Amino acid sequence: MGDLSSAFKTALGLILSLDPAVLAIVTLSLRVSLSALVLAALIGLPMGALLAVARFPGRGSVISLMGLPPVVAGLLIYLLLSRSGPLGSFGLLFTPSAMIIAQAVLITPILAALTRQVLESMWEEYAEQLRSFGAGPWRAVPTLLWDGRFMLPTVLLAGFGRAAAEVGAVMVVGGNIEGFTRVMTTAIALETSKGDLPLALALGVVLMAIVLGVNALAQGVRGIAARWAG
Amino acid sequence: MRVPDSILPLCTEGLGFSAGGVEILRDISLTMTAGAPTLLIGANGAGKSVLLRLLHGLLKPSAGRVFWSRPPEQAARRQAMVFQRPVLLRRSVLANTLYPMVLANVARGEREARAAEALALVGLADRAADPARKLSVGQQQRLALARAAALQPELLFLDEPSASLDPAATRAVEEIVLKLAARGTKIVMTTHDLGQARRLAGDIIFLHRGSVLEQAQAEAFFQQPASAIARAFLRGELVW
Repeated sequence: MGDLSSAFKTALGLILSLDPAVLAIVTLSLRVSLSALVLAALIGLPMGALLAVARFPGRGSVISLMGLPPVVAGLLIYLLLSRSGPLGSFGLLFTPSAMIIAQAVLITPILAALTRQVLESMWEEYAEQLRSFGAGPWRAVPTLLWDGRFMLPTVLLAGFGRAAAEVGAVMVVGGNIEGFTRVMTTAIALETSKGDLPLALALGVVLMAIVLGVNALAQGVRGIAARWAG
Repeated sequence: MRVPDSILPLCTEGLGFSAGGVEILRDISLTMTAGAPTLLIGANGAGKSVLLRLLHGLLKPSAGRVFWSRPPEQAARRQAMVFQRPVLLRRSVLANTLYPMVLANVARGEREARAAEALALVGLADRAADPARKLSVGQQQRLALARAAALQPELLFLDEPSASLDPAATRAVEEIVLKLAARGTKIVMTTHDLGQARRLAGDIIFLHRGSVLEQAQAEAFFQQPASAIARAFLRGELVW
């Protein structure tokens, strides 16, 4: 018990004193996950809107990619980016870029599926009116994305939460190199196995705060959206 | 009356529609010319709304054809439709009015002027900046009419535009319909409200169980309907 409480104390000290090592890891985590979110949103949101309006073969496969195990995704990206892989010449393996790609790949299907869910009922309502205006499914995609602007932040926040909490894929493609590709989740895994509980706990507290904060924000945004869009 | 370059008259030939093995409309052959509003009347389930959707191109006929006096692409651009329940975008009143004009490639500079004029026509000029979905039901339907009017269609389909409105809002809708008709927009409208049909109609198409029983000038139809079923319908009896 004594060990644990002293570990907690040290952890809080690390956070409150803005320990440079902790700060660097948190900053890198946010940079990687936010970049991954932007990348995934550029593909996932339009894809989700298209899934909501269009009927085409293989449409379910996008959604089933949601269940892609992170470590396997990491392995596939590792193979693509490794020296002998098809994208090896870019030298991205074990860089933050590789981690961004891995997280983006993991959350794109999630963003697409959630976007579809949000926009599908809107499309049911809009379809006939938009066709009357002469708008086909392709033209409906930007319309739905814009009209869903109050609901889609929730989708983005959910995607960000997933990206930030992910450990397997970034571990495989990033390599958990100290000061370069070490993010909160990989650091927690490593420090825990090494027995350095204070650092693991400090990062755990920060990660929890970020993920819970993001979820609270998502709830708040949903409330505002409901009030405005009706 | 035949205006050069007009998409009217609109004709149908042997038009039929079935869904799930049920025949909803059969052998509809009609001509609608420019001029006073054409009102489609009949009991619920007679096929009025389906006929409107076939004419507007939202449904594909199972039999027969719809003919416009101009090529189909041109005809499609010069007609509009307002539905029983208005579908408003999650945007401001003004943005709702501008949206279909963007799709119709109305010149950028002209859109604002047309929108302002259309909103003034329906009495919503002072609400332009408000979220459309915060309007009352009656105002929402007026906005739907403004949105269609801004397109300056030659023909406007109205599907029971006042069916879910109270008398005051219904009156407002009828006034807008008459204003649009007066400036030369051909109105083709369904209603199950006979009083409304009397107030608005130039001619009447009476539908019964998926067939056209009568097409006549409104005055003649209301004074002396040709069919026994139409007479019963006008007396307020339940026909189906």
